[in-house]
Amino acid sequence: MEPDSSYAVQMHGITKRFGNYTALSQVDLNVRKQSVHAILGENGAGKTTLMNILYGLYQADEGTIYLNGTPHSITGPNEAISNGIGMVHQHFMLVENFTVTENIMLGDEVCGPAGTLDMRMARKQVLDLVEQYGFEVDPDARIEDISVGMQQRVEILKALFRGAQTLILDEPTAVLTPQEIDKLLQIMDDLVASGKTIIIITHKLKEILRSADECTIIRRGEYMGTVDVSQSSEEDLAAKMVGRNVNLKVEKTPATPGEVVLDVNGLVVRDDRGIEQVCGLDLKVRAGEIVGIAGIDGNGQEELVNAIVSMTKAEAGTVVVGEEIQNTSPRNAIAHGVSTIPSDRHRWGLVLPMMVSENSVLEQHDKSSFGKGIMLDYNKMHEYTSMLIKEFDIRPSGCEDERIAGLSGGNQQKVIIAREVTQAPKLLIAFQPTRGLDVGAIEFVHKTLISERDRGAAILLVSYELDEVMDVSDTIAVIYHGKIVGTFEQGTVGEEELGLYMAGGGAK
Amino acid sequence: MQTVILLLGITLMYATPLVFGALGGVVSERAGVTNIGIEGMMVIGAISAAVTGYFTQNPWIAFIVAGLFGALMALPHAIASVSFAADQTVSGVAINLLAPGIALFACRRFFDGAAMSPMVVKLPRILGEEWMKGTSWANLNVNVSTVIAILLAILVWFVMYKTKWGLRMRAVGEHPAAADTLGINVYKTRYICVLISGMLAGFGGASVTIGIISRFTQTAIAGQGFIALAAVIFGKWTPFGACGACALFGATQALAIILGGGELPIPSTVLSMLPYVMTIVVLVLFVGKSVAPKADGVPYIKGSR
Repeated sequence: MEPDSSYAVQMHGITKRFGNYTALSQVDLNVRKQSVHAILGENGAGKTTLMNILYGLYQADEGTIYLNGTPHSITGPNEAISNGIGMVHQHFMLVENFTVTENIMLGDEVCGPAGTLDMRMARKQVLDLVEQYGFEVDPDARIEDISVGMQQRVEILKALFRGAQTLILDEPTAVLTPQEIDKLLQIMDDLVASGKTIIIITHKLKEILRSADECTIIRRGEYMGTVDVSQSSEEDLAAKMVGRNVNLKVEKTPATPGEVVLDVNGLVVRDDRGIEQVCGLDLKVRAGEIVGIAGIDGNGQEELVNAIVSMTKAEAGTVVVGEEIQNTSPRNAIAHGVSTIPSDRHRWGLVLPMMVSENSVLEQHDKSSFGKGIMLDYNKMHEYTSMLIKEFDIRPSGCEDERIAGLSGGNQQKVIIAREVTQAPKLLIAFQPTRGLDVGAIEFVHKTLISERDRGAAILLVSYELDEVMDVSDTIAVIYHGKIVGTFEQGTVGEEELGLYMAGGGAK
Repeated sequence: MQTVILLLGITLMYATPLVFGALGGVVSERAGVTNIGIEGMMVIGAISAAVTGYFTQNPWIAFIVAGLFGALMALPHAIASVSFAADQTVSGVAINLLAPGIALFACRRFFDGAAMSPMVVKLPRILGEEWMKGTSWANLNVNVSTVIAILLAILVWFVMYKTKWGLRMRAVGEHPAAADTLGINVYKTRYICVLISGMLAGFGGASVTIGIISRFTQTAIAGQGFIALAAVIFGKWTPFGACGACALFGATQALAIILGGGELPIPSTVLSMLPYVMTIVVLVLFVGKSVAPKADGVPYIKGSR
């Protein structure tokens, strides 16, 4: 396509290599002015890399960028900003202990003489913007004290403050409640109406259908085409993104719950700053059922899981799995049949510099099946790992003695799941089990959770992805400020209602 | 009354080098670079001031030169920890090991193999030598480096909190990726702050050799840099907080001296431990509670956000 001034952004033949790895290969992007253009792709497909090139954080090895029909070389964020491009990063780029105003003007400060800050003028300019776009943001609040949705609006204000005409939103809905998502989509409509152009990076199909006009699809760094969203369905987009047909629906039979396996009573947990994060929480999980905890990040999920497996001290209350296991040790929890798929596989799940086989036996390395006395039997570990690799289709096959850091995220997660599930746990805790995984790997994780349930395990699923909780769980419990504020059977509650509970507004 | 004035005078005298060092620590750490090397940079400042003071007979030139050499000593720390993302503690320790060696070498080289410099010129006292001489008030007549320290503390505070450079520096120390995306040069900011940190530490060293003892000895700087770092933490990484902490440590030292001269049956060796014991106690009590800049000690590598 020829450069054309009716397009706000055109990127032609973009190629980007990191060492030997080609992150993007001949990718095109054409974004019409005053439209919402989605960029769809799996994790690691290169969406964010493409946008970082547009924003000047990386330089393309090949290709040309046209802004409003004229070629530009963007060598840094400063050029991008002065050419009217603003970016809202997935992980917010906000200084937590600065105020809203300070964050907005950082790098483009409102100054009096000799570089002194003119806070009054800055505050006024921020307030003007807030009023112009109808955002609810307090210019004097500190970032650490405001909600995630509000932080995101501060990020958008940051771009608008610098006169952005084109806004890049990187996975903007990942951290929002359904209500906040509605609000964001409304804001996007308003911005387009006022003449802005929006590029939204996402892997969520629903939101593309709701918000975007056009959608460019990238698969493993390659351009898969641009589609008119109004002519597409969720299934079309998913197939284009993954390269095969995927089953978006989670299929399972009704649960047949047995006796209570996990019984949490009046649990109180403080975080490392001494603030109460779990405040008298009660929860029961039965054998043969999946209980999903829905809630926004930071409502006590992490502390709850850590207390169940004795990684954190429980101030009060009991955790019963057969007998009371709170405030013992993770090892004791494992001995009682508790397995955990941790939320952050790199921090908690794996020892990245170690081999796949070593990682596979982390919890049982001291058992006689893997060695004698103080010696490990590497042959037996290798054999055992080969069995796991085969059974769980971990790729590349034959990776027993390779460092696990070299595996893809999905395969690393498979190693963890294989390790945990093979122990035939009585209670399986899955904390964000599909974080950062692509559609195919997500399908595998969900199937495994369900087959474990059918085997008779009690499953506690904790996830920040509401769709996941709603699709996979038999029972949905909503956590808010460290308490379960509502419990529902699957299918008896809608997204809207759950969203209200997650935001603390549910019926008491 | 006389004792109080004496105590105050000695407190100011001993707190002065600490304030310079602590301000250096604040500037570097608020920009996200841990600077364990303050001690070493103070040693370099101490020897440079003594040598320059001896040969030029001008304490002001000596003071400035000490700052420059302090900054020069900070340069390898900046290169290692900013450009090469090295472990900042290791780099700082290296400076602390290297600096006393350089200082002793320079001392022997310039002063005919002596491990101690001859007497050198001193910075003037704030109110002149003749002021109230012989009375107890003379104890308050500390040398000008004390005033310079206080003025610098005010300046550092003003720049940090009231100017755009300060806002950028603090942003770089808290969330360098955020600063980077707004077009702020993280590396440049950190370089400047580490160099300024070295300069301030150099002044601190000078304030010992040409302010207090008027010669360089191997024990002129004996832990002041580390006490200054403790003051940074105790003062919650703010210029005035750090100054207050330095005053407290200075007061302990003064107390040790005054009590040592009295009739108390405490051995002077025990008393001279006081400032160091105080430092440990304060660190134990406060190190967990005060909140360091988020990116303090974390190298910034572009792209790994």
